[in-house]
Amino acid sequence: MFDLDRWREIFQSINKNRLRSVMSGFTVAFAILLFTLLFGVVSGLSNSFKGAFADDAQNSMFIRVWKTSKPYKGLQTGRTVQLKNKDYNYIADEYDSEIQYKSARIFKNFTIKYKNEANSYSVMAVNPDHQFLEKTIMDEGRYINERDIREKTKSIVIGRLLKEDLFGARPALGKRVNVNGSSFLVIGIFSDDGGDNEERKAFIPLSTAQIMYGNNDYISQIALGYNPNLNLDEAIAFGNKMERDLRSKMNIHPDDQSALSVRNMAEANKGIGQFMGILYGIVILIGSGTLVAGIIGISNIMIFVIKERTKEFGIRKALGAKPSSIVAMVVQESVLITTIAGYVGLSLGTYILSLIGNSLEEDYFIKDPSVSPGIVIGATFVLIISGLIAGYLPAKKAANIKPIVALRAD
Amino acid sequence: MIKIEKLHKSYPIGKDSLHVLKGIDLHIKEGEFVSIMGSSGSGKSTLLNIVGLLDEHDEGKYYLNGQLIDKLNEKKAALLRNKFLGFIFQSFNLISYKTALENVALPLYYKGMARKERLEIALEYLDKVGLKDWANHLPNELSGGQKQRVAIARALATKPKVVLADEPTGALDSTTTDSVMDLLKDINDEGMTVFVITHEEEVAEQTKRVVRLKDGLIISDEITAIGKAKAI
Repeated sequence: MFDLDRWREIFQSINKNRLRSVMSGFTVAFAILLFTLLFGVVSGLSNSFKGAFADDAQNSMFIRVWKTSKPYKGLQTGRTVQLKNKDYNYIADEYDSEIQYKSARIFKNFTIKYKNEANSYSVMAVNPDHQFLEKTIMDEGRYINERDIREKTKSIVIGRLLKEDLFGARPALGKRVNVNGSSFLVIGIFSDDGGDNEERKAFIPLSTAQIMYGNNDYISQIALGYNPNLNLDEAIAFGNKMERDLRSKMNIHPDDQSALSVRNMAEANKGIGQFMGILYGIVILIGSGTLVAGIIGISNIMIFVIKERTKEFGIRKALGAKPSSIVAMVVQESVLITTIAGYVGLSLGTYILSLIGNSLEEDYFIKDPSVSPGIVIGATFVLIISGLIAGYLPAKKAANIKPIVALRAD
Repeated sequence: MIKIEKLHKSYPIGKDSLHVLKGIDLHIKEGEFVSIMGSSGSGKSTLLNIVGLLDEHDEGKYYLNGQLIDKLNEKKAALLRNKFLGFIFQSFNLISYKTALENVALPLYYKGMARKERLEIALEYLDKVGLKDWANHLPNELSGGQKQRVAIARALATKPKVVLADEPTGALDSTTTDSVMDLLKDINDEGMTVFVITHEEEVAEQTKRVVRLKDGLIISDEITAIGKAKAI
């Protein structure tokens, strides 16, 4: 297939007819440029959506309770539902294989005081796994551990901004702060991708909180991370099953969303997945349309080019060129032009996307737009095929013109 | 070398057909220098196209170098043209974006010859037509006579059996006409069969045999004064 002489012929023909070659390449380059930009922008949108949920673990689930809104089994509407340690332990035992992380939560707001600085902060009582559920990043010290839970230690993990409020530039680790009248030891300082509010929180051991808050076993919420080996549908099924199970166990009407609800990230992820799927579908449709327009453009130009070169082909045939050698020459030239032009369009598109970078994230929700290598390879393949078709059909026709007819052409 | 028997050719024009060649018998032996004379429309160009395998005949028989030409496909015709025939056209038919040297080397490329070798041979033939110094010029930088000499060099480069010239001097002034005819005579003197089509008496006089066509038929076939002189 590799024929140096033929490539020489092709390069000479391209080089001596630059305007023509550039014109035919332009449509393809432009089509690919549009395709790349379109695809990049959608992938940027997709990245933004994924980023919006980066605060919490992708596999998190939250069980919340409030008041019943429907009567059930003789129990009245308006009854306050309360989660307790036994519910937490039940879920932990019953669904052990489906669960990766688990933590109970109690929310309170307290004044936290260090020396003369004091402020009201949200304090969350949690289990050790909570670190992974909220994607808490430890900057200094450590998170709450099992020993804290067992021994009900008065330990506190504070957010980066909370630390700055109370301590300023001074070290906080190992110092004692006053939380609602009790003295707590600062064992860690954290940061969080979720933003400023998240970094003005504090975490204390769940067991400590339950004694402090009235010596009961109440909990406000249960946070779970489902087993990442489950696919989205399995995770949704697991969430639904657990919800039904808890409702029947706690005598709640099966449809009572107010009394007990399970917020499952798997459902949100599935929704986003479907939305992005539709968006990609539209892009592929528009993108293919653009490509087809580009291919038709180059076919038109090839038809014109070949008409212009009919006499040249006649001369070549009179000198002994076989029809196949003329077809091969034209097709190779066409493939070369489309491939190079497509590559130029692709590179330009990728370059523009890299320039855009994250600058449109704030206003347009486009984060890090880019095209994947798979798309690049696919597009290149499409280009080569389209170059083949665009060149082959008119070349075949031209090569079959009788030499006397071709020689007469002007 | 070329043997034609009862050759007929007609072209469809709308519903009718134009009978151009009405039974031509012609035998050209190796080393002959033949001119076909005739006014426009006499069928002389059609005859050359058929002899040159650029067109197909309808009836009759055509032998080229002893081989019967019948229902050739384009590929076979291309091979035969490359092997046996060299063309010289009235309008030169050089490829405009190739230099003189590359134009001469082109038929050798289709012969499958290596680049270095074919450029050497092409230069040799350019030298032969006196254009060695113009080898790297494009056709539009050459005069009409020079272009035709490049075309002659190109026709000769493959060492064909027959050189076919279709009004080779039609686009040239009288001085350059003479130089081109001298070149064709030289070629013929070296033993090449040359087949010229013309409507100019001065050109025909310089060949060795003149065949006159009228309305698709041969009306005379004579040896010229030069031909007689050479024969003696």
